[in-house]
Amino acid sequence: MALIFDIKRFAINDGPGIRTTLFMKGCPLHCIWCHNPEGIPATPVKLYTKKKCIGCKSCVDVCPQKNLSLTADGIQDLGNCTSCGKCADECPTLAMQIAGKEYQLSELMDIVEKERQVMEESNGGVTICGGEPFMHTDYLCELLDELGARNIHRTVDTTLFTSAENAQKVAGKCDLFLVDLKHMNSDKHHEYTGVRNEQILSNIQLISEMKHPFWIRIPLISGINTDEENLKASADFLASLPTPPEVVNLLVYHDIGKGKHDRLGTTYNPEDIPMSPPSEGEQQHALEIFISRGLNTKIGG
Amino acid sequence: MSEAKKVASRAPHSKMNYALQYPENEGGMNERVKRLHQQSIDTPATLTIERALIETAFYKEFYGKMPNCILRARNFYEICKKKTIYIGDDELIVGERGPVPKAVPTFPELTCHTVEDLHTLNDREMQPYLISDEDIATYEREVIPYWEGRTQRERIFNHVSKEWEEAYHAGVFTEFMEQRAGGHTAMDGKMYQRGLLDCKKMIEDNIAALDYINDPEATDKQQELEAMAISCDAAILFAERHAELAEKKAEELGARNEELGIDSEERKANEQRISELRKIADVCRWVPAHAPRDMQEAIQMYWFVHLGTVTELNGWDCMNPGHIDQHLYPFYKKGLEDGTLTRDKAKELISCFWIKFNNQPAPPKVGVTALESGTYNDFTNINIGGIDKYGNDATNEISYIILEVQEELHELQPGLSIHVSKVTPDDFVLAGARVIRQGHGYPSCFNPDTYTKELVRQGKTQEDANEGGTSGCIEVGAFGKEAYILTGYLNTPKILEITLNNGIDPMSGKKLGLETGDPRTFTSYEQLYDAWHKQMVYFVNMKLAVNNYIERMFSLYAPATFLSLFIDDCIARGRDYYSGGARYNTTYIQCTGLGTITDCFSTMKKHVFSPLTPEGGMPSGPFAGCKTVGERMDLILEALKYNWGESAPEGHPLQGMGGLKLRQFIMNRTPFFGNDDDYADAIAVKVYDDLVEAIEGHPNTRGGTTQLNMLSTTCHNYFGSVCGASCNGRLAHFAISDGTSPAHGADTQGPTSVIKSLGKLDQTKSGGTLLNVRFVPSLLKREEDLKKLVALIRAYFNMGGHHIQFNIVDTQTLLDAQQSPDEYKDLLVRVAGYSDYFNDMTEQLQNEIIARTENEDF
Repeated sequence: MALIFDIKRFAINDGPGIRTTLFMKGCPLHCIWCHNPEGIPATPVKLYTKKKCIGCKSCVDVCPQKNLSLTADGIQDLGNCTSCGKCADECPTLAMQIAGKEYQLSELMDIVEKERQVMEESNGGVTICGGEPFMHTDYLCELLDELGARNIHRTVDTTLFTSAENAQKVAGKCDLFLVDLKHMNSDKHHEYTGVRNEQILSNIQLISEMKHPFWIRIPLISGINTDEENLKASADFLASLPTPPEVVNLLVYHDIGKGKHDRLGTTYNPEDIPMSPPSEGEQQHALEIFISRGLNTKIGG
Repeated sequence: MSEAKKVASRAPHSKMNYALQYPENEGGMNERVKRLHQQSIDTPATLTIERALIETAFYKEFYGKMPNCILRARNFYEICKKKTIYIGDDELIVGERGPVPKAVPTFPELTCHTVEDLHTLNDREMQPYLISDEDIATYEREVIPYWEGRTQRERIFNHVSKEWEEAYHAGVFTEFMEQRAGGHTAMDGKMYQRGLLDCKKMIEDNIAALDYINDPEATDKQQELEAMAISCDAAILFAERHAELAEKKAEELGARNEELGIDSEERKANEQRISELRKIADVCRWVPAHAPRDMQEAIQMYWFVHLGTVTELNGWDCMNPGHIDQHLYPFYKKGLEDGTLTRDKAKELISCFWIKFNNQPAPPKVGVTALESGTYNDFTNINIGGIDKYGNDATNEISYIILEVQEELHELQPGLSIHVSKVTPDDFVLAGARVIRQGHGYPSCFNPDTYTKELVRQGKTQEDANEGGTSGCIEVGAFGKEAYILTGYLNTPKILEITLNNGIDPMSGKKLGLETGDPRTFTSYEQLYDAWHKQMVYFVNMKLAVNNYIERMFSLYAPATFLSLFIDDCIARGRDYYSGGARYNTTYIQCTGLGTITDCFSTMKKHVFSPLTPEGGMPSGPFAGCKTVGERMDLILEALKYNWGESAPEGHPLQGMGGLKLRQFIMNRTPFFGNDDDYADAIAVKVYDDLVEAIEGHPNTRGGTTQLNMLSTTCHNYFGSVCGASCNGRLAHFAISDGTSPAHGADTQGPTSVIKSLGKLDQTKSGGTLLNVRFVPSLLKREEDLKKLVALIRAYFNMGGHHIQFNIVDTQTLLDAQQSPDEYKDLLVRVAGYSDYFNDMTEQLQNEIIARTENEDF
């Protein structure tokens, strides 16, 4: 059993067609630009949205740890949260929420099946992302088997930071991988994400050799990975694969993760590493580098 | 890799050939079209008193001296004979309702505007209709005195009961026919096969065949048929007058050319125009007397018929050519084959035709009627794509040309809808989606596979149903064969408000409804629902009784003898359109607020009645302290009384945080309609089915029955303004939900959940449902986004959806438009079955458009 921290219906940027995306909790990477930092810990976390808070103190009153207090700056967490979720249950405005909930397989299937007609009409399906789905490979396989039995198109959105054995196993159970490629330089990769990239690159090589369909998604972040050297290295690597990715999506950086960190009560990019969205010109230049190597590349996902 | 994969098996019809693109607009509008378009945009709406003066003089002399049908036909003839004829420079399609473009006549026989009304229309900020003081003075002297006590409006209001009148003024329902005639007249293809001389021949034959001995109605039929024949002559005369004017203009230009040098540019242009004017004269001498022979004649034929019907009376939803692509295609094909037409020429003619629609603002409305539909839009809603009478795909090249014209002109009128059946090719739907993406509010999307079922269920033959379509906002009809008349909106949340006050309207303190009991004494949800149901049936019946009276008044005093020529089987039966002459005769009541009332009932069920039952759990949140149903009911009733605490007296527990918390709790902790949640959706289905049961099947006076419709136009704003706070957290006087869309802000799961919820209603039981979905433009940038939009439309239609429409605008654009209206004059947004200029909307309506849920994920 893995925790799911979000289920998005009508997802249209997570693979072909209109999809339902399941977000699995827990990730071995800690990308500084992470859009879903609530997905990094494998356990439930509390999210607080100040904008929605009306200051009714329902959460303060109900917290068994007496962990919350209302201040001029909204609800403050005194550091003893057990993520029991009582505050979220009580909050009238959904300002207080718990990210991370256990679902029985049957519950998930009930939700997925709601979208069947839309999936069929749009050639869509289900995308499992995270966090990192490979944090829970057994559960992932169970989920994929069940979806497969229901004839539903399965996409796994992953970093492929996992063992070759796992990658191979999951490849046999899904129709498409969406694989993130963040940096070609392993030291830099480690600096920005907390892990080295050798395993990732070799798994990309592996699924390519298996001729398994995959798309590559590259976040374009000025200051991190848009230098000529890295773009060329990325494109060369992808072009050299025995089976190239069906699509390369260049995803323009956005500091959307900032708001999420605020809600988590954590700090976005604490070391203040300079990051910014690439200019139109930089985007076009990046696009050309990939296209010139014969890669089917698009800006956006 | 495993073999077991790929969910999606496409329907066999679908080509999924998105590579097919409709031809890019080669050059866009030509210079002629640009000038006509600009003139149409720049000309303000005005009132003309010409029609009223001709009519009043005629009535003064002849009223009471002949049967009313003859009177009406001769009145129509008189107007056609005397009204000012207009042919503008550049025009290829000719004829205006008033003496100039954008001028609207008044119809004093229905409702005679007072001097005050005329000043209001001239001065008001929203949708003004300009009229000079001199004309107002003439109106006061020549028109107003005669009509006092003689108008349809007075006949209606003098007749109705005190109960009806009080309910009407409280906003429980509206009444369509107090300012306009019963409408919904969409045409089929017969006018392209028979001219008015052919009609006259049929009429003469039918008169000759009348059996005065055995048919007690023979004399009535004779009179009606004679009136129809007079109407034929009137329209032929009207066309002849255009021919004469065209010739006169040609002669004037010819004379001018005598003075010009042989090589002068002006002379060349004049020669070109002279040949156009001669062609116009030829066309107007041929149609509507005869069936058209080429595309220009076909369009001019329709346009004369259109003008005739909107001059004769001012029926709601104007007039509609219906499936114009199907009707024009044979002429297009023939023109291409014999070399008399090119694609560009056809497109130019269609553009000229389109501009004609935009030149006709809706007849001005006053009072409540202006509130329920405040717009210049007269709801001509042209159908393209869809199916032919055999159920086959009817999309043709004209369908694509029309999409191009709509995209280039993006004028307020006419409205356009694409009809998306299972047999409709994807490339056409995708071409429609590209126009949707432009954000001008058109086209909307309809599903023939559902609406033909609606028609068949109401008793039409399959073939007549297949030839049918949708007109006005979303209303289904058997085109050319049905008089389907909307009578007014029913305010379902208002009825709940009255129910919760045991029959009293808390806005006025007056008793309007039945005494269904103090809700504090109710012990079950079913008791509350039954009480509302009783009140709903009571008000529906109240309205039905008056509907039937009004129908008789139109039959007696306002027969439509010209319109009757074009609706089967009026000529065959010798009966008027308003007297059961049509093959099918339907009367609609339009119910509004399904989303709001569903959410209200869901709130009551979940938080008031369910707690402490085996499945209901403990009362939670602000209800935790309420041990009994009565206490929880009391809490809600107090909240409604004090508008969720906003008007609570000092020290009241709901004042400030108490009311805020309760309202937020309900809005966030209640299953609401539009989220694919069976708890709420089952309530919506029950409400909808009960509305069908209450309304459907009562006989009307025209040999047909009453039916349910589910649109709201802009009436949900008016209806909201007369309602206090409602149980779903809605604040007093805010809009209720529109059409069958979820209440504003209630749907939080995206558009697929919305269509799933709507898909649970058996939409074939109504004459139409309406679903608004808003997208910001950024969601539809790429071709693949458009494909997903097409998939969304198809998925909804596979679930039995009747209609879906998209508002493609971003919030910032709208906020900017509110701040700097002058810079956004062309900003059209979809409102509720039609599009309107954002600048022409009330601030309230603008705010609603802004507040409507955005789908940020696209």
